[in-house]
Amino acid sequence: MSAWRVATALLRKDLLAEWRTKDVSTAILLFGFTIAVSFSFAFEPTPDEARVIAGGLLWLGFLFSAVLGLNRGFARETANNCLEALRLAPADPGSLYLGKLLSNVLLLLVAELVLLPVFGLFFNLALWSRPGWLLLILLLGTWGVAALGTLFSAVSANTRMQELMLPLLLLPLTVPVLVAAVDLTTLLLFNRPMSEGSMQFRLLAGFDIIFTLLCWLLFGYVLEE
Amino acid sequence: MSDSTYHRVSLAVSATALVLLLYAFYQVFFIVPTEAKMGIVQRIFYIHMPSAVVSFNLFFVVCIASIGYLKTRRLSWDRAAVSAAEVGTIFCAAVLITGPLWGKAVWGIWWTFDPRLTTTLVLFLIFVGYLMLRLYQPEPHRRARLSAVVGIIGFVNVPIVYLANRFRGQHPAPVLGGGEGSGLAPEMVVALLWSLAALHALGLLLFMQRYRLERMRTEVNELYRALRA
Repeated sequence: MSAWRVATALLRKDLLAEWRTKDVSTAILLFGFTIAVSFSFAFEPTPDEARVIAGGLLWLGFLFSAVLGLNRGFARETANNCLEALRLAPADPGSLYLGKLLSNVLLLLVAELVLLPVFGLFFNLALWSRPGWLLLILLLGTWGVAALGTLFSAVSANTRMQELMLPLLLLPLTVPVLVAAVDLTTLLLFNRPMSEGSMQFRLLAGFDIIFTLLCWLLFGYVLEE
Repeated sequence: MSDSTYHRVSLAVSATALVLLLYAFYQVFFIVPTEAKMGIVQRIFYIHMPSAVVSFNLFFVVCIASIGYLKTRRLSWDRAAVSAAEVGTIFCAAVLITGPLWGKAVWGIWWTFDPRLTTTLVLFLIFVGYLMLRLYQPEPHRRARLSAVVGIIGFVNVPIVYLANRFRGQHPAPVLGGGEGSGLAPEMVVALLWSLAALHALGLLLFMQRYRLERMRTEVNELYRALRA
């Protein structure tokens, strides 16, 4: 089977399983919603203050919910020895990684699009003034988190204390994504020209490319038995 | 390396480290002029900066040893990786402890979002994660495999963290007064070089001891297994 067909087959399988169980999406959405509410209680900002801090809160919310979702997403593979079947499949691990990555990116993006209005509501944000840029920032940031998250959910699934290991490994490593995505989102909220964030865009794109390639190369080592 | 050779080498390294450390401390406390603006607290610099260099170098060793393990599947590479990671984390902690002490005295604040500070902290967290991961995976080859992946990715991530924080518009960019390059008096450069040599010798010594400990642990575990079988 070609790499692309393996990846899309795995993507289809993951989305179908998700559609039937709604395991990951409920976890992400409910958790994200709770975080948004807690943040709004904790800060109670004026509209001006809200624009300063909302970018950070938004991405922290996304990041924490992503950790939760990724943990549950890979737990599905370990549950009934599904991982064994993936290992036995006549496919190279790189394509398995791509399939997993695509399904994670897709799930996280959808969840983020649902959570955005919630944050917008609680913090009175004008998020949709430039939807094209917003979507680009979301895509690049989410891709970066998912690129590492897909690999590390497989790493942490191999250890005891799985729930703890993933955030412990993933959060420090995704600091560049967090920093760049927060900066860009803040530019968006202040209606500043996006050209001011060209370095951040380059950084995000570079991060995504480097770690997608690196994780694609290393995924096989994680899957081995 | 046979045990007796190892013993001789480790004695030599211990002696070198001890002499270098004593001489470097002598330089730092008695020879180097007190920095004009920052006063006596600037002397932390001679421990702070070399510790950072040693820890970065050790994390580089982790990355190389991790690649070595994945290529050869020999546990000796993994032992080198974990030893370098542990000692590197200790030196990194030394950087993170001495930094705020100095910063508080000179800048008036404990912490600031300078790219170097942030990068060091993130590096520390990554390798604490690396060591935690090893703690939760008892099977040697699986542990070596997974932590090698983390070691490689963790090291590659470091320059990117640095870049990300450099782009931050609002960072106050404190000048590490008398820090790098031209601002240093000749005596300061000499003391710094001695200190660099001394802390590298100390790092090497700790690395060697840790490596030996790891090897003995493996041997003991194998003996246990043989006894049970």
